[in-house]
Amino acid sequence: MTRYLRLSGLEPFVLTPDIPFVNVGERTNVTGSAKFRKLIVNRDYAAALDVARDQVENGAQIIDINMDEGLIDSKAAMVEFLNLVASEPDIARVPVMIDSSKWEVIEAGLQCVQGKSVVNSISLKEGEDAFRHHARLCLAYGAAVVVMAFDESGQADSFTRKTEICARAYRILTEDVGFPPEDIIFDPNIFAVATGIEEHDNYGVDFIEATRWIRQNLPHAHVSGGVSNLSFSFRGNDPVREAMHAVFLYHAIQAGMDMGIVNAGQLAVYDQIDPDLREACEDVVLNRRPKGGGTATERMLEIAGRFQGGAREEKVRDLAWRDWPVDKRLEHALVNGITEFIEEDTEAARLTAERPLHVIEGPLMAGMNVVGDLFGAGKMFLPQVVKSARVMKQAVAVLLPYMDAEKLAGGGEGRETAGKVLMATVKGDVHDIGKNIVGVVLACNNYEIIDLGVMVPPQKILQVAREEKVDIIGLSGLITPSLDEMVHLAAEMEREGFTIPLLIGGATTSKVHTAVKIAPGYSGPAVYVLDASRAVGVVSQLLNPVQKTAYVDAIRTEYAEVSDRHARNERAKQRLPLAQARANALRLDWRDYTVPAPQFLGSRVIDDWDMAEIARYIDWTPFFRTWELKGNYPKILQDEKQGEAARALFADAQAMLERIINEGWFTPRAVVGFWPANAVGEDIRLFTDDSRGTELATLHTLRQQHTKRAGRPNVALADFVAPEGSVPDYVGGFVVTAGPEEAEIAEKFDRSNDNYAAILVKALADRTAEAMAELLHQRVRRTLWGYAPDENFAPDELVSEPYCGIRPAPGYPAQPDHTEKLTLFRLLDAEAATGVTLTESMAMWPGSSVSGFYIGHPDAYYFGVAKVERDQIESYAARKGMTLAEAERWLAPVLNYVPGKTSSREVA
Amino acid sequence: MTKTFTFPSTPAEAQLRKLAHERVLVLDGAMGTQIQTLGLSEEDFTGQGSGCACAHHSDHPQKGNNDLLILTQPDAIEEIHFSFAMAGADIVETNTFSSTSIAQADYGMEHAVHDLNATGACLARRAMDRATAIDGRPRFVAGALGPTNRTASLSPDVNDPGYRAVTFDDLRVAYGEQVRGLIAGKADLILIETIFDTLNAKAAIFACMEVFSETGQHLPLMISGTITDASGRTLSGQTPTAFWHSVMHARPFTVGLNCALGAAAMRPHLAELAGVATTLTCAYPNAGLPNAFGQYDEGPDETAAQIEGFARDGLVNIVGGCCGTTPDHIRAIAEAVAGFTPRATP
Repeated sequence: MTRYLRLSGLEPFVLTPDIPFVNVGERTNVTGSAKFRKLIVNRDYAAALDVARDQVENGAQIIDINMDEGLIDSKAAMVEFLNLVASEPDIARVPVMIDSSKWEVIEAGLQCVQGKSVVNSISLKEGEDAFRHHARLCLAYGAAVVVMAFDESGQADSFTRKTEICARAYRILTEDVGFPPEDIIFDPNIFAVATGIEEHDNYGVDFIEATRWIRQNLPHAHVSGGVSNLSFSFRGNDPVREAMHAVFLYHAIQAGMDMGIVNAGQLAVYDQIDPDLREACEDVVLNRRPKGGGTATERMLEIAGRFQGGAREEKVRDLAWRDWPVDKRLEHALVNGITEFIEEDTEAARLTAERPLHVIEGPLMAGMNVVGDLFGAGKMFLPQVVKSARVMKQAVAVLLPYMDAEKLAGGGEGRETAGKVLMATVKGDVHDIGKNIVGVVLACNNYEIIDLGVMVPPQKILQVAREEKVDIIGLSGLITPSLDEMVHLAAEMEREGFTIPLLIGGATTSKVHTAVKIAPGYSGPAVYVLDASRAVGVVSQLLNPVQKTAYVDAIRTEYAEVSDRHARNERAKQRLPLAQARANALRLDWRDYTVPAPQFLGSRVIDDWDMAEIARYIDWTPFFRTWELKGNYPKILQDEKQGEAARALFADAQAMLERIINEGWFTPRAVVGFWPANAVGEDIRLFTDDSRGTELATLHTLRQQHTKRAGRPNVALADFVAPEGSVPDYVGGFVVTAGPEEAEIAEKFDRSNDNYAAILVKALADRTAEAMAELLHQRVRRTLWGYAPDENFAPDELVSEPYCGIRPAPGYPAQPDHTEKLTLFRLLDAEAATGVTLTESMAMWPGSSVSGFYIGHPDAYYFGVAKVERDQIESYAARKGMTLAEAERWLAPVLNYVPGKTSSREVA
Repeated sequence: MTKTFTFPSTPAEAQLRKLAHERVLVLDGAMGTQIQTLGLSEEDFTGQGSGCACAHHSDHPQKGNNDLLILTQPDAIEEIHFSFAMAGADIVETNTFSSTSIAQADYGMEHAVHDLNATGACLARRAMDRATAIDGRPRFVAGALGPTNRTASLSPDVNDPGYRAVTFDDLRVAYGEQVRGLIAGKADLILIETIFDTLNAKAAIFACMEVFSETGQHLPLMISGTITDASGRTLSGQTPTAFWHSVMHARPFTVGLNCALGAAAMRPHLAELAGVATTLTCAYPNAGLPNAFGQYDEGPDETAAQIEGFARDGLVNIVGGCCGTTPDHIRAIAEAVAGFTPRATP
């Protein structure tokens, strides 16, 4: 691989030939910037960081940091500033150049940077031993070095001295120390020109020529220099200085200078320099005789006055976001970690908000949620999130006095924290980085954090929680055994009567584990927190007296679902072999069972329908669910939130229903049939007559195969029908439909752009078909089959299925095979009787139709077959006369195996 | 005092380099996962029940201090090393992930650090020698240096971002003590692993160089970072290439990645590293992502299939497993990569 200088901050930097010149930012150098020096002396580190950030934004690829100043403790300042830079990802992304004339300051700096930095500088000034020592340490710390052209007898000023010293240093570094030559950057000293002293006139040329020699003779090494020295004699005249720098760099870069300490924000563009000024600059830099006579210095002095104080175009930052609405500005500041305007923006938001708290709960939390989402998506990384939290803290600080004032005005006690949070890594676990980050983020949001550290025994957590009257306990853990510790702690909290929220976080924790193992053991809220960015949202809702109840309820509901799903999944994974499931079939006692024969055998069309009667059998709860209003009828009409909408909808439905009845919109039809039946395994055999000698058809059912708790059977619908050889039994079947008209009517409404009415009529047609099924079933029980002649339930009582017998439909959980409808339709000749047809995917048309079988045994119930194994599908297909592939296709949703693979999932 | 940081390498290193040139080498799997299956109690950890009563005492509970088992359940640890060796590992890691005074401070066991490392390396050495006696294959012991649980370049206190809970020098001293122990126990290599903060790793590298200058002998270094979130950066914010630039001065025997989110998630970061690293690469991911209960579901064949992909595409020179990987995983991995040419260093 090519020997390029490779450095890094948070991001890599490679000095390839494509980069003609590396800008090293010089503004964070107390010897070069009076402003920066003042900030450091006054310990105004926030503003000092802004200086660094400006440089990076202005294109500095490396930033030079120098704290060499008599009034400051350079070593402490270097450490402090580098540590602060490390927590500013937009600055820390570039490598740093640790710049000091004192080795101890450099070494202290090297101990603070995780990236590969550049040491500026080492030299032969104190002899070869010190040089070697420093170079070896740079190698051990992993830094590139700037080597000054300086030796025991002083700084090199001429071409000869410069090149001799650099060659000697190069040899020691590469041959004795083993330093990678690409990590060596020579600084052959840029001195001031145009000083009026003749010896200085050639300094520019000496540097440029030494540069050329180094690049040609010392392979892979680089050349850098502090450019501002060059124009020292023109200080106070920035336009001239910038022009001189631009001209000097133009020539030095051509000679091979590939790095320089320059003010990236203040550099003239060579081509745009006034031609007179540019020529004067070239004369001094290249030590030429001016065309107009005199010396280059004289000529430069002559024209310099003309450019004095010329307007300098300050590079403006992109501040377009400042024109955005205040909510967006706050979000931008949070996402980008910008503190500069946060106080004024927060104030602006406060002025428009009803209460200061609303600013936190509104735009600020919204911004933090964006941060959380970006972090979750990998578009932000941790140091950036921590910075966002800091911006949040500043915003909250602006609001606090107002919140206190509000509290005082309301008779409160004044300053309080938003709540007290106890945090601990559980016993047996020593990982605390995540916990610390959560603590940091919460502290930023005005929560008081009591951090008990790592390996905290449960009794200590509870003791401190009691003594300190904390509002929340947050537990963290990274290793697997910590999960059990958390379960244990929750149980202890329960035992000791705690009710405060318990937060669970850490790498191995999960929502599922919290829901399944922790929450059930604790009557207070136990909440899983995905990552630090979510902590504030969770805690603020848990401690908000208004939101808490709803939030905790929502969590409980969610966890109950998660827990159920988990339990189902776990059970779902384990299947019994079919033989074993059959051995655990439901065995009803048929000895004393007698069922009356139906009024008729075979099928009969029912066409004496009274739409008004049907309407009384409508179950309105599913109707509201169609409209996404969730709640039971009639309670939903009085519901606090949905009541108004539900009442309006119900009124419209009633009005339309009245028209449906009066104007005869629908033509309800039905067919019902009964057959002598007995079960054989999972099959139900139907016979032509009571002699049970001629088989008419076979209904096929599926048996549950999941592992059951003791005493629970693996049931199939056939278990509810008397087995062959026991007692005579019957099975019925039906198809009902509200008729095909609803589709036409709905279309008519659609055409007149009344989509609401179109949906309404369809919903009512569906309800009509269901009501017909309910009504017909009642009639079957009382008269047509007549096994419950005295049954006397009111229509609305039927919803809870208090009656004997069931009417399972093919394609539903108790019999997931839709193709059983073919048998049903054939038995009833349903198409001719009702006009209902089956599509190729076994759906009924018109849509507002219902079909099913009647099973009369009082112990029959609805159940789900759930997933089944290949052994059952093989048996089912054989019984049904289908190929395995066909059966697998129709039953795809309930297969517990991947069809086509040779072996199914082993029982764990 | 001038220190010299370039030293002759060991015969083991020459042998390793030769083997690594011939084939993809195999590292072991997860010690922690194997230890968990033993279901040890507090008494087992302290050695008060069965096992060797420990000469080092502490008032802190020790359950979870896996490294301590080196002293209290040495036979169990040696057997785990042995089972990984027989499964096909060329290099096994000592059980010393947390054997620094900084990490052991949480257990009040700072004083046991030297013994942990020296004995830890001895146990691994003994297990390797037993395995080699059976099949004649050379095997190597890598002394493992974990990251500790403190970060040198992040502040745990948001109100004071300049604060550090641990300094470079704290880490340098702690790692130095650990490395001396490992060398005393005859480790062949030093493995700086699970690096979430590169500055911690740089302190470890510095410590190694210091110790090597004392002993006059250079052990090959393996350096392994970890990328644990979706941003594709280390916890301390570095990209994989920036990470390599930060540790390349160590001239490590290998650089690579371990732990984290499993082989699939590791792949793009490994590919980036493999594209820039001018040394051998090493990857030993977890057995996928932990499930909701902290266990790893990925079976040996699944992990091996993904790692085989690393080898097929020329991304690796050494492979192995981290959390959740068992001797069966290592056996499957060793078989999966056996036919592939090791990655060529760019």
